[in-house]
Amino acid sequence: MNTISTNLLVIGGGPGGYVAAIRAGQLGIKTIVVEGAQLGGTCLNIGCIPSKALIHAAEEFDKAQHYASGSAIGISASAPSIDLGRTVAWKDGIVKRLTGGVGALLKKNDVQVINGFARILDGKTVEVKQADGELVRIRCEHLLLAAGSEAVELPFMPYGGMVVSSTEALSPETIPQQLVVVGAGYIGLELGTAYRKLGAEVTVVEAADRLLPAYDAELTKPVGAAIKRLGIDLRLGTSVLGLNAGGSGVRVREANGEETLLSCDRVLVAVGRRPRTGGWGLESLQLDMNGRAVKIDDQCRTSMRNVWAIGDLAGEPMLAHRAMAQGEMVAEIIAGKRRHFTPNAIPAVCFTDPEVVVVGMSPGEAEKAGLDVISANFPFAANGRAMTIESTDGFVRVVARRDNHLIVGWQAVGRAVSELSAAFGQSIELGATLEDIAGTIHAHPTLGEAVQEAALRALGHALHI
Amino acid sequence: MGIHVIKMPDLGEGIAEVEVVAWHVKPGDTVKEDQVLADVMTDKATVEIPSPVNGTVTSLGGKLGEAMAVGAELIRLEVEGAGNHSGEAASANTATAARQHTSTSKASGGSSDTVDEFIPITVAQPETVVTTVTSEATAAPAQAAPQRPATPAYTQAGGQASAPSHHGRAAGEKPLAAPAVRQRAWDMGIELQYVTGTGPAGRIQHADLDAHVARGQRKAAEGDRRYAVLEGEQAMPVIGMRRKIAEKMAEAKRRIPHFTYVEEIDVTELEALRVQLNTRYAGQRPKLTLLPLIMRAVVLAIRKYPSVNARFDDDANIVTTYNAVHLGIAAQTDAGLMVPVVRNAEARDPWSAAAEVARLAEAARSGKALREELSGSTITITSLGALGGIVTTPVINRPEVAIVGVNRIIDKPVILNGAMVARKTMNLSSSFDHRVIDGMVAAEFIQTIRGYLECPATLFVE
Repeated sequence: MNTISTNLLVIGGGPGGYVAAIRAGQLGIKTIVVEGAQLGGTCLNIGCIPSKALIHAAEEFDKAQHYASGSAIGISASAPSIDLGRTVAWKDGIVKRLTGGVGALLKKNDVQVINGFARILDGKTVEVKQADGELVRIRCEHLLLAAGSEAVELPFMPYGGMVVSSTEALSPETIPQQLVVVGAGYIGLELGTAYRKLGAEVTVVEAADRLLPAYDAELTKPVGAAIKRLGIDLRLGTSVLGLNAGGSGVRVREANGEETLLSCDRVLVAVGRRPRTGGWGLESLQLDMNGRAVKIDDQCRTSMRNVWAIGDLAGEPMLAHRAMAQGEMVAEIIAGKRRHFTPNAIPAVCFTDPEVVVVGMSPGEAEKAGLDVISANFPFAANGRAMTIESTDGFVRVVARRDNHLIVGWQAVGRAVSELSAAFGQSIELGATLEDIAGTIHAHPTLGEAVQEAALRALGHALHI
Repeated sequence: MGIHVIKMPDLGEGIAEVEVVAWHVKPGDTVKEDQVLADVMTDKATVEIPSPVNGTVTSLGGKLGEAMAVGAELIRLEVEGAGNHSGEAASANTATAARQHTSTSKASGGSSDTVDEFIPITVAQPETVVTTVTSEATAAPAQAAPQRPATPAYTQAGGQASAPSHHGRAAGEKPLAAPAVRQRAWDMGIELQYVTGTGPAGRIQHADLDAHVARGQRKAAEGDRRYAVLEGEQAMPVIGMRRKIAEKMAEAKRRIPHFTYVEEIDVTELEALRVQLNTRYAGQRPKLTLLPLIMRAVVLAIRKYPSVNARFDDDANIVTTYNAVHLGIAAQTDAGLMVPVVRNAEARDPWSAAAEVARLAEAARSGKALREELSGSTITITSLGALGGIVTTPVINRPEVAIVGVNRIIDKPVILNGAMVARKTMNLSSSFDHRVIDGMVAAEFIQTIRGYLECPATLFVE
């Protein structure tokens, strides 16, 4: 068997792993990335990017259909249609371009990519079964675990047939007549909304008593209203029992205890993701775990020396940008720099319609953390730009400490507010106060004005409301 | 020209010996009337001896730290006119003119003052124990560098603990800094938690890092002293107050077979009562600490066990018990340990006792306590408050026969009615003179105190 040696071996070529490898390459660390599927991981191949492409396509189609029935703007269209095959091909093109770009970046930084699934032998040795079946053994000084996560399967309703995960839902060959989405988290709502816009009748089943349970009710209210307007049937407090015998529907128990059958021709299970810890010899390292995730410290060190873990494998929040930041940091630590993973906030975006973005603490979370805070909303109904893009739903909310006006959180809901996450993240990471944001000129006419106005309003002197 | 002799005045209470703790003049100095010549010390009071006349010092009657007999020649002055070297009048004058106070001595050695520069020293302020190393009062100006008053370590520690962080952040609060500042700090190996942030909301800025580094460099320029080899030694004459303490302690330990008894007291109820009383009488009565309540418990326990409220004259073999309870309260002062006495503690309610303790402690610390306020105790309580430790072995304030030591209060798990609960507990570490107090009596005495303290209503309901 062929044995090669390296300084750093990265298991997993997702956003965490490939960024770590690029940075390590930049710093002159001899690095190998092992990837069993495609570079870019879940994010590029079956997650963030393809879902946003599909959501965009669905929006465009939805818009065209609105034009078909006449619009206030004055545009009309006749009988728009969608060629799903071309839509998926277009999406795959984007994915291919991006994953190809990752490969080029790795090459540019002298990172060796080995295709195949890794199996850990010990903390310094990994065996890879390459695509052609040949085994290669890699010895390394540093082992970076970046194997990511996988969709959680319902044991009584395993994937297969009409039951699909987000992966299959992102490459549909057809649009189902009736889709049941299990889970009203961000994945379920994003895809459920897209499918609705693409023409499916959608029912979303959620065991909790409200949608997007991770966010506060005020923030998710516009999302709920929009879903209702779209005609999505949202069943809260409802649990899934399984497929019916005939395979023509999903049996659920409603909030009132009644059992109902939701007839459907496809079921999307989106009940969460869990760290991918099984099947590649991870257990042989006997690392300390944090629940299902690998336990790490603020430098992404595991309980074994020179074995590191980043991203979804290391638990919540399972976000690509977190994994990237961790990967970059680990490469720098291995290169001898002193680094810690101590962000003030990690932004989270939900690409529903309208979008939701949260950075830092909500008023409730701040209160729970023992902070005395003030918070203020600025509604997009009072924002000129929002009117010009026909989207006045939603608001920007700021949360700041009462004593020194340090901003500890931003939340927004509304069309295209995901782009505000940059401003939110910067203000919190730089330690901005309400006065800093209120005193910054924000371009007119943009949605960003609502950011400044929220800060002004928290200070008691909003100008446009 | 005549000679004026000043003799060691009789300072009362049958004192036969007086110790010279500071000379403020040396031979050759010109002195004016009322100028302080020397500090002398009796049992516990320090007395300034002023000059009754104008003149020039020709000789000193004793060395620093020397015990001199009352009536012995203290100082000899050359004066205009006849002088008094054959008369006794001067000593009487001196005695009446002597100003009493309880300070020990002054760090500034008067012996180094010349006539021209002499600044009359008025009422002495309590300072640190004198560190002058000249054993001869007639020696040249003192060599020893004046030392800073040695602040007791515990006040420093206490001050730090209660003071707000000098970084302007509350404890446990994360330092606020932009990512670039954070990264630079990591690169420089600086822990941001130690850096003062001057930006808005306490944000640490690049300039703050620079300032932090500059401070560090200033320290480094002075050299790394942490592991430096240290040389030299400081001889400190044990005189004055310190010698008195040393003698008393040695004598107490040499003569008295100490028997120390430690018991744990559950003070949960007592603390609750104290807090309740302080809330109820906020602004109307002085705030109560635990001490006045413990004092009351001791007074009440003495009613059952009067033999611990006694003084033992072991030369004459007589134990005298007292009906009154004169409670000595050991107090730390800059000069050293003092024991101001709350007279007739049995006749004081907790607030009155608290006020009296506060008054006496202040008097002792400022050096204004009268001798009667520092003597005559029949039993003593010693407490270091939060520094009380878990167990102490207090030394009996001879000739008393018992001392009650108060240890600190801690929250601890206690089994109560079969369940573990959090209670406030405090130890009493007490010593008894085993020659006259049997272990049984001592134990019963402390158990009685415990009974009062654990059921505090009994302190008031009799």
